[in-house]
Amino acid sequence: MDIVELSRLQFAITALYHFLFVPLTIGLSVLLGIMETVYVMTGRPIWRDLVKFWGALFGINFAMGVATGITMEFQFGTNWAYYSHYVGDVFGAPLAIEGLMAFFLEATFVGLFFFGWDKLSKVGHLVVTWLLAIGTNFSALWILIANGWMQFPVGARFNADTMRMEVTDFMAVMFNPVAQAKFVHTVSAGYVTGSMFVLAISAYYLLRGRHSALAKRSMTVAASFGLASALSVVVLGDESGYTAGHNQKMKIAAIEAMWHTEPAPASFTVFGVPDVAGRKTDFAIEVPWVLGLIATRSVDTPVPGIDELVEMAKTRIRSGMIAYDALDKLHKDRGNAQLRATLDAHVADLGYALLLKRSRPDVQNASDAEIEAAANNTIPNVPVLFWSFRVMVAVGFWLIALFALSFYLSARRKLDSYRPYLWAVLFSLPLPWVAIELGWIVAEYGRQPWAVEGVLPTFLGVSSTDASNVLLSLLGFIVFYSALLVVDVFLLAKYIRLGPEAALGRTAKEEAA
Amino acid sequence: MFDYETLRLIWWALLGILLIGFAVMDGFDLGTAALLPFVARTDGERRVAINTVGPVWEGNQVWFILGGGAIFAAWPPLYAAAFSGFYLAMFLVLLALIMRPVGFKFRGKVKDARWRSFWDWSLCIGGIVPSLVFGVAFGNLYEGVPFGFDADLRFHSTISLFSLLNPFALLVGLVSLSMILLHGAAWLNYKASAAVADRARTAMVYAAIAFAVLFVASGLWLTQMPGAHITSVTDPNGPSNPLLKTVAFVPGGWFANYDLHRVFWIAPWGAVGAALLALFLRKRPLAAFLTSALVPVCTIATAGLALFPFLLTSSSAPDMSLTVWDASSSKLTLGIMLGAVAIFLPIIIAYTGFVYRVLRGRVSEESIAGDSGGHY
Repeated sequence: MDIVELSRLQFAITALYHFLFVPLTIGLSVLLGIMETVYVMTGRPIWRDLVKFWGALFGINFAMGVATGITMEFQFGTNWAYYSHYVGDVFGAPLAIEGLMAFFLEATFVGLFFFGWDKLSKVGHLVVTWLLAIGTNFSALWILIANGWMQFPVGARFNADTMRMEVTDFMAVMFNPVAQAKFVHTVSAGYVTGSMFVLAISAYYLLRGRHSALAKRSMTVAASFGLASALSVVVLGDESGYTAGHNQKMKIAAIEAMWHTEPAPASFTVFGVPDVAGRKTDFAIEVPWVLGLIATRSVDTPVPGIDELVEMAKTRIRSGMIAYDALDKLHKDRGNAQLRATLDAHVADLGYALLLKRSRPDVQNASDAEIEAAANNTIPNVPVLFWSFRVMVAVGFWLIALFALSFYLSARRKLDSYRPYLWAVLFSLPLPWVAIELGWIVAEYGRQPWAVEGVLPTFLGVSSTDASNVLLSLLGFIVFYSALLVVDVFLLAKYIRLGPEAALGRTAKEEAA
Repeated sequence: MFDYETLRLIWWALLGILLIGFAVMDGFDLGTAALLPFVARTDGERRVAINTVGPVWEGNQVWFILGGGAIFAAWPPLYAAAFSGFYLAMFLVLLALIMRPVGFKFRGKVKDARWRSFWDWSLCIGGIVPSLVFGVAFGNLYEGVPFGFDADLRFHSTISLFSLLNPFALLVGLVSLSMILLHGAAWLNYKASAAVADRARTAMVYAAIAFAVLFVASGLWLTQMPGAHITSVTDPNGPSNPLLKTVAFVPGGWFANYDLHRVFWIAPWGAVGAALLALFLRKRPLAAFLTSALVPVCTIATAGLALFPFLLTSSSAPDMSLTVWDASSSKLTLGIMLGAVAIFLPIIIAYTGFVYRVLRGRVSEESIAGDSGGHY
């Protein structure tokens, strides 16, 4: 494997791993806030016990999220140095603001959340818990503003003097519609994960006939919050589809395995077997109109297919070659106004010309065959996207049904009446993680070959360090992270098995006395 | 509001302030962790030591995260060059820092001597490695490291982990380590109960003397090293492109700023003075801790004032060294980020102060006994 593949693999592994912990942190932090609000409003100690118990599990998970987040913050510099140089002027700012505005809040108050029970008033501690939850959620906002810019790079322009993208309109970066849609979709998915975690562990207690007062109250909160969140994930997942259709047509065509443009409104393929070589989808079961409605919000706008998008890419590559040629000449003749005008006219397609860097450094001299190959490289991995998307959506609908049933049972006060239901909940515990990881794959693997859509190809973004260094760190992360995962799951399982008393410690004993 | 030159100067100062924030705030809990197996012997004592930083280390570590984010946003070429150039050193620091959150959180969760001892040593190494490596990295800035850029401004380097471990850099690494140990010991002296505080007070003596000796030694060594000097006309308002200047290494170059502004000598004298003063004040724990916080302030100021305007010096292509004038973000980004810092940094300092006020008082074995929920 070369340095590009090693670096991509390391990024994917560390990001997917980090993303095991973060959604649960996001979801649990809000659930803790809700439970503690109930405690402060009703004054009933069982609700404080709930907060302490789920808080202990939250803490174990939070530590892992922080530990693996450190890697993410620095990996852009260590492994994606050219990316950092090329887009740092735009991309770095949301990351830094995340630290200033969100992570500082979250990390400062997480200590007081655990250590402040005896040192703060009831309301004071409630405020701390909510500040922790707000910090966690704002954290997600700024990270997704950064990520949203990679999907839809608005508010920035290439500067020939500094050879990089620079911010022209920070408001556009902040209020990027893709970022906003992603934020709501992702935090909702986090809420679903937190709710499913609480619901499934509570179901385990009810199945064992333990801690039923605590378990039923937990399930009541998780069912209603989970149902609202699961609906929001799907509705606002749709919103993601819409915005992706607006500026990432290739991603949506690949998700759909739609090789050729269909007459509007396009149909949605519920099932099929994508045939990459033959550029067709076998055994397709299609629902008319649905894709057209999702992707264009109209019945008369066609959704372009992969073949047509490849043709469009060729046009843009040729235009980008003109920009690159002008840029190359500008290096030797910095004052030449005519070259700058040529560059400006074609600069929007410069990224497409950079796709050719894979085959030659002097991209302005690329042959037709090289252009053809580069254009074909803009197609992401169709079968992976096709299936990831469908499994994710299926999980989403299953979870809506499960939360709806839970909500109904909790309203009828029959949560502990049906053992098959409780088993179904327990076995659904891993599903939010399945959906979340697949969602990452759809969003980020589906962005390939781009690091920043239309601006910078992924392979160009890597550092110029030795591949052996990256291999070493990759293996190190795999060993290290695997060991930590074992310890993490062991501790979570231990604390779940021990039940609330272990987490409550002295408090429970005091109450008994 | 500000011109490009002023913004770059402000951001150079902010870079220093964030590094100082990291060294002062995360410094005492790194130091506490590094000293853990030595100043605390029984499990009860170790829990005391750990719980002095238990509620606050997480927030402190954000200074490091924020420092990284701010370098990314305000000095993207520096972020790209330093982190990819020092690849394996950064990887070591990352592993060490990853051990900290899990070490703090996991240690107390199982009542087993080997389990706890394993995490104690993980925390100790997690405290020593970053303190040492950051110092080593700083030390390498004076000799320069081999790197350059091509016409696309792609960073290329031939830096290896072993080339970073040269004698001068290792000396600076030890300066950094002794500084962090002093600060950690001063914290434990202030915050921990009797037995731990007593041993920490002894550690303060060794750390303060070691720091003073090593700091002066590295300063004297630096007088013998050539320093980088920009030899072409620079435009402080020019584009961030490191290919447009010439640089030479000249004798005594790293003292040029001190010769120009003699008031800068306050920084190095202050570093040595603060370390020795903290030592003499060790019977007055709060005063000693606040004084030891001045050591990182003055040490980082000393290093930064010597380097200015250089951020990362190249030994193989000195002309391509990164400076304050050619390695920043665009003017707009610097302005936006300055606004964000102006709004949020005071808020951060306010709520951090609130948290420390809530947690005031010494930590003793009695105060954490029995409470398996909150304390580590």
